[in-house]
Amino acid sequence: MGLGSFCVLIILIATFIAWYGNNKALRVNHALDKDLKLPSLPKYYSFYAILWLIIPSTILILTWYIAKPLILDAIVLSFISENTITNFPGNTSMLVDRVKSINIEKPFPGTDKNLIEAAVFLKQTLEGIQTFTLLGILSLGCFLSFIAIKKIAPAFRARQVVEKYNVAILLVCSVVAIVTTIGIVFSLIFEALRFFDKIPLFDFLFGLSWSPQMAIREDQVASQGSFGAIPIFAGTLLITIIAMTVAIPVGLTSAIFLSQYASPMTRSIIKPILEILAGVPTVVYGFFAAITVGPFLKGLGDVFSLNIASESALAAGSVMGIMIIPFISSLSDDVMSAVPQNLKDGSYAMGATKSETVKKVILPAALPGIVGAILLAVSRAVGETMIVVMAAGIAANLTANPLEAVTTVTVQIVTLLIGDQEFDSAKTLAAFALGITLFVVTLTLNLFALRIVHKYREKYE
Amino acid sequence: MNKNTRIIAKSLKKRNRSESTFRLMGLLGIISAISFLVIILFSIINEGKKAFVSTQIKLDIFFDSKILDPGNSGKITEIENANYQTLIKASLLNFFPDIKTRNDQRDLLSMISSSEQENLMRKLTNDISLMNTKKEFWLKSSSKYDVINKNPEMIDFAEEDRLISNQQLFWFNELKKDNRVKFGFNKIFFTAADSTEPEQAGIWGSVMGSFFTLFVTLLLSFPIAVAAGVFLEELAPKNRFTHFIEVNINNLAAVPSIIFGLLGLAIFLNVMHLPRSAPLVGGMVLALMTLPTIIIATRASLKAVPPSIREAAIGMGATKMQTVTHHVLPLSMPGISTGTIIGMSQALGESAPLLMIGMVAFIVDVPESFLDSSTVLPVQIYLWKSTAARGFVELTAAGVLVLLTFLILMNSFAVIIRKKFEKKW
Repeated sequence: MGLGSFCVLIILIATFIAWYGNNKALRVNHALDKDLKLPSLPKYYSFYAILWLIIPSTILILTWYIAKPLILDAIVLSFISENTITNFPGNTSMLVDRVKSINIEKPFPGTDKNLIEAAVFLKQTLEGIQTFTLLGILSLGCFLSFIAIKKIAPAFRARQVVEKYNVAILLVCSVVAIVTTIGIVFSLIFEALRFFDKIPLFDFLFGLSWSPQMAIREDQVASQGSFGAIPIFAGTLLITIIAMTVAIPVGLTSAIFLSQYASPMTRSIIKPILEILAGVPTVVYGFFAAITVGPFLKGLGDVFSLNIASESALAAGSVMGIMIIPFISSLSDDVMSAVPQNLKDGSYAMGATKSETVKKVILPAALPGIVGAILLAVSRAVGETMIVVMAAGIAANLTANPLEAVTTVTVQIVTLLIGDQEFDSAKTLAAFALGITLFVVTLTLNLFALRIVHKYREKYE
Repeated sequence: MNKNTRIIAKSLKKRNRSESTFRLMGLLGIISAISFLVIILFSIINEGKKAFVSTQIKLDIFFDSKILDPGNSGKITEIENANYQTLIKASLLNFFPDIKTRNDQRDLLSMISSSEQENLMRKLTNDISLMNTKKEFWLKSSSKYDVINKNPEMIDFAEEDRLISNQQLFWFNELKKDNRVKFGFNKIFFTAADSTEPEQAGIWGSVMGSFFTLFVTLLLSFPIAVAAGVFLEELAPKNRFTHFIEVNINNLAAVPSIIFGLLGLAIFLNVMHLPRSAPLVGGMVLALMTLPTIIIATRASLKAVPPSIREAAIGMGATKMQTVTHHVLPLSMPGISTGTIIGMSQALGESAPLLMIGMVAFIVDVPESFLDSSTVLPVQIYLWKSTAARGFVELTAAGVLVLLTFLILMNSFAVIIRKKFEKKW
């Protein structure tokens, strides 16, 4: 029995309980005296029973699916003989994976007989246990909802209880956001700590060379990869700066034009067009940067006899800047529109022109909000992945020259984690160390920006 | 006119000039932003439209029973396993009778896509009466010739940069002169999954992968997000805990997407041992990512419902929960569904977190369930872009076009819902 048939069954049972509980409540109500009727509508009584069916089974089934791999591993290990375990080159978890990957009908010739038996045993127990557990969960749910239906009586206020449960369910749903954050923090910290066990934190943060190749043989030259992240941070910074030099002027001037000069008609046309830029998937920008902008810049460099790498920081950065434009323009547009009219009126009454009002009154008044918008855009640029993966380099170059290829934090995370992963090499764990750096930086930027924008809003409200 | 007015009158010209330059700068900003958009779209459409057609070559194929069924057994299995390459070669040699050497023959044969051998087999097994008859077929050319045919400027390239040799180009031109070359609709692009040969690769596998992934995303994120939005906006007491939840949601909305990929890798794959490359896991990761978007949209549209509705319901004796579920939530549904569609279209275009959980595999089968290994549209684009063969460039651009088409459809659907159902209170 799989999860699919389990869901179908539970829905069928729930429908039945809805019908039965409703009828039961009506019957009970009918039998009661006139001034001692049931306090809630019949549907609340059946709903109460359904909740007792669904909530415990959902919790149990989630627990089961989380615990299943652990239980299975234990079963497999207990089946395999002591001798095989000690003789296996590698740790026990690899052995368990090996057993799981055996194709029972056509085992790879030369596979240990004990392992094949274990695989057969695993398959049989897996099916047995799965069906057994799911049926168990289902019958428990039925039993609980049966008790719930038994409770139908004038003394039982079903509506209040059901609503209390519903609010609790809604609360649990909103706690998912917190759980996600905790999950992110813990998964990153846990793996990053394992990385810092191997490579000291200081070497990671301030080292000047990055080449995360681990040796295959012990005596190989450069057997210890170097994990100094400064070149990566510098590359990220360079690309972000280029992106910002494209996005800030264009975004800000468009925002000024839209909020101060454009007629409502033009505004209603141009704003959605700018928002298309924000809706284009980043992989499309990446393709554009790699196929069109990169070669174009290279060709341009050849004309001026400049040597521009085809994966130059300039190409990736400028395309990223295009992507960022709508963030800056729409956020600063909002901020500038929020500047109170009386400030502007005061300026006009003194005889200032529109541009003077913008420069001397609106921009200073809106500055905190604009800074917040720019910080949000910076955090976006730092965390952007696909454009740089497709258009920036992989080798870590410590350079400030925008015409050379540099690499970024996100590019490194992707290159370290695509392909073969073994979870105890510093190479793989380095991705998590980079990830937590990225998370901390963007989180700080966001918190800071949100606080600034919030303070600014309060000032004028 | 006193002194001050004179000074002001004098400066007026300069001030007006700076006014118009300022305005011009603003206009310039808008124009450059829009022209960026136009350039991007134009360059992609220009490149991508070529992939929707493919070069086809007309050949007279003679289904020779001596080659296909030498023992004259008449068995289908015999015919299925026969050497169809020889048929194509014979037909080509018929056209170029003076090619003798083995190398030349091989070069000539490379003109036709290897997938056509199977196609010929299918045609024959479907209609066995074709045996020992001659019939004209439009066969797909291999990718190299397709690229040359689509980009005529490459003919002038030096021989070693051109993908095909001078001799091969000569043969191809001979066929062209004989009206045996045409562009046909590239059906494989819309029906197949990935392949190592550009002319046999298609987008359908990743479209289905995207479909399964987004289905999981919608199934998980929509109920949870709406519940969370309703709780925070309508029912939650204003205390530090709910404030903390709100701060959390706002921060999650700005966390880089790749971090969600790391979360999925560490928790879903390494701790929970869910299968790699599966749409199920991809959908779960994307659901966590779109959650904040939908929550924020839900809250905004709940906020837009005027308090009078709530007061009326409560005045009639409804409880808070009944007010929300019977009145406020249905009224804000258009706004919520618009927000959900926008969240889904973001999820459709997202690829970075999926790279982390192994949805970058090379997959030649169209996925059929939530647990099959698969890839999604944007990741397929990324994969094709990273492939060296020249023929994949057009495929990548065409993949982008398909992706953009889906996004445009989803977003216009959202706009229609908003226009049609949204109430202005």
